[in-house]
Amino acid sequence: MSENGLEVVSEIEKVAHGIRRRVLQHTISNNGGYMSQACSAAELLSSLYVGILKFSALGQPIDPPAFIGVPAVGPHTYQTGAQFHGEKRADLDRLISSPAHYALVIYAALIETGRLREDGLEHFNRDGSTVEMIGAEHSPGFETTTGSLAQALSQASGIALARKIRGESGRTWVFMSDGEFQEGQTYEALQAARFHGLTNLRVIVDVNKAQCDGPMDTVMTIEPLADRIKAFGWEVSVIDGHDIDGILAASEKTTDAPHMILCYTDPVRGLPILANRAPVLHYLRFTSADERAQYEQAYQEMTK
Amino acid sequence: MSYEIVARPHQQNFIDWAKDKPEVLVLSADLTNSCEVGKWRDTYPDRFFSMGMAEQNMMGMAAGLAREGFEPWLHTFSVFLYRRPLDQLQMSIAYPALKVRLVGFLPGIMTPGGVTHQAIEDIAILRAIPNMTIFEVGDATEAQSVLDVAHDVQGPVYIRMLRGEVSRIFPVTEPFVFNRARILSTGTDITLITSGIATEEALRAVPLLQARGVSVTHLHVSTLKPFTDPQVVAALKSAKSGVITMENHSIIGGLGSAVAEVMAENGISAPLQRIGLKDTYAHGASQKFLMAEYELDAAALVKRVEVAVGRKLDIDESELQEQRSINVHSSAKVEAL
Repeated sequence: MSENGLEVVSEIEKVAHGIRRRVLQHTISNNGGYMSQACSAAELLSSLYVGILKFSALGQPIDPPAFIGVPAVGPHTYQTGAQFHGEKRADLDRLISSPAHYALVIYAALIETGRLREDGLEHFNRDGSTVEMIGAEHSPGFETTTGSLAQALSQASGIALARKIRGESGRTWVFMSDGEFQEGQTYEALQAARFHGLTNLRVIVDVNKAQCDGPMDTVMTIEPLADRIKAFGWEVSVIDGHDIDGILAASEKTTDAPHMILCYTDPVRGLPILANRAPVLHYLRFTSADERAQYEQAYQEMTK
Repeated sequence: MSYEIVARPHQQNFIDWAKDKPEVLVLSADLTNSCEVGKWRDTYPDRFFSMGMAEQNMMGMAAGLAREGFEPWLHTFSVFLYRRPLDQLQMSIAYPALKVRLVGFLPGIMTPGGVTHQAIEDIAILRAIPNMTIFEVGDATEAQSVLDVAHDVQGPVYIRMLRGEVSRIFPVTEPFVFNRARILSTGTDITLITSGIATEEALRAVPLLQARGVSVTHLHVSTLKPFTDPQVVAALKSAKSGVITMENHSIIGGLGSAVAEVMAENGISAPLQRIGLKDTYAHGASQKFLMAEYELDAAALVKRVEVAVGRKLDIDESELQEQRSINVHSSAKVEAL
């Protein structure tokens, strides 16, 4: 780690805390939100945006554009949410986010890192807005359409292959969720990325062990996940997804194969009362005024 | 009538065409030689990417390459381009309107591979997908000139392609033109609209029909989406005794349905008969056998014309056989599944 290591880690901690706080605030004011995803992925996403990704700086946070239409056949001028990641350049990184259901968390990360305007979440899930509940390629922080899960790894592999053909030094990062390892396409993508030697492809996974129906081991187990991925010839790092030093160290590993970082995470980290909702944590909607008050109390403690 | 037979019309033509187009790549799913791109791979090894039998991932990787400015030409059998990887085709390629070219071989009942290999509803499914452009070639000239037309489309293109021994029906000097039908004959009794291999089959019957006093306007259509050629509307309006469509596809959702939509939208009142697979799957057998079994052949067309004009035309099978320019059951047609 660089000599600025401590400073960077402290900034990542601050941003991670901000992501949880902002998503909780939004969940309370909207009586619903993807809260557990913020709890599990806060350190992972803040490490990416603050410490790992080589992005160009933005002059100032961007106002989310209004939705102007779906992509159409014609000269490819469609503006994607990648503008929030800065310039598209050969030496810079790209981030393709696969689980579009994490959109709220990604928007929060963009706000906390000065890429999306502070009031950006006021557009969330509003008619005519690009700040959609499940992000699409016009949404801040997204550049492909991945709401039908497990398609981003293939898309990003195509991007990485194009960049390899052109000899670009920038890496193509993919943020994935563990549920996507139930889809067959993921394994097709793993074999192809290895076969085509895409060492410029880096994947980081939020292994929070939770999905829509409940705990993954009751829905369809994916373990032993690391062994599965290694069997496809990938380099795999298994780490605690809340350990910022560990995430940064894994991200710097140089490998002869595509690299995947499995971040094992706790879906209630930083918000212990969320555990009362177990086993189903996918989406939080309050069932009583009393429950809502408890979360308001938790929010007050978080802002201290 | 006899046509020049072109062996492997795509093979060398695609190599020559791609020479000065470095952005053109080929992605293949384990049917490289079967899709006439084995020699292309050997000529341009740095632009050829083997994707294995994994079409879902192939769609996504094609999308990523297209986003970066490359133009991937996916080569496999028609059926493998839209059935298994339909969601990937839609969300990764069609929604963002990316310049990916899906070159599908052995459409309809052209393969003895049976139901698993027979793309009989591909046009129906792909026509419903926004941003798609759909072409179907009817001869060697079109198989070769469709490349330029597809290359110019600023969005995804699906091509129903021909391979092996292919008749040259249209002169080389008359290439494929985007969204423009070919007028093969003009008449006032019947308007006949055909596509793909159905055109060559129909051409066996048309001279005999005319000799029996039935005048036929015959259009060959090679752009199935968009379907807005004003020549088609004009031809449909001119039909006194009825309209007949003929296609190597289900009668639901393909050319016949597209014609029905145009007729309804333009208030054209005429009986429409659709020749095609009548809402049924097929099975593994020769093309000639299946075309007879499912009434997709020239004899079937004669019967429909008889219905339309209300009289027997006394055209027998031997006359139609004499019009047959090639043996569609030749060994070249069943090679290399």
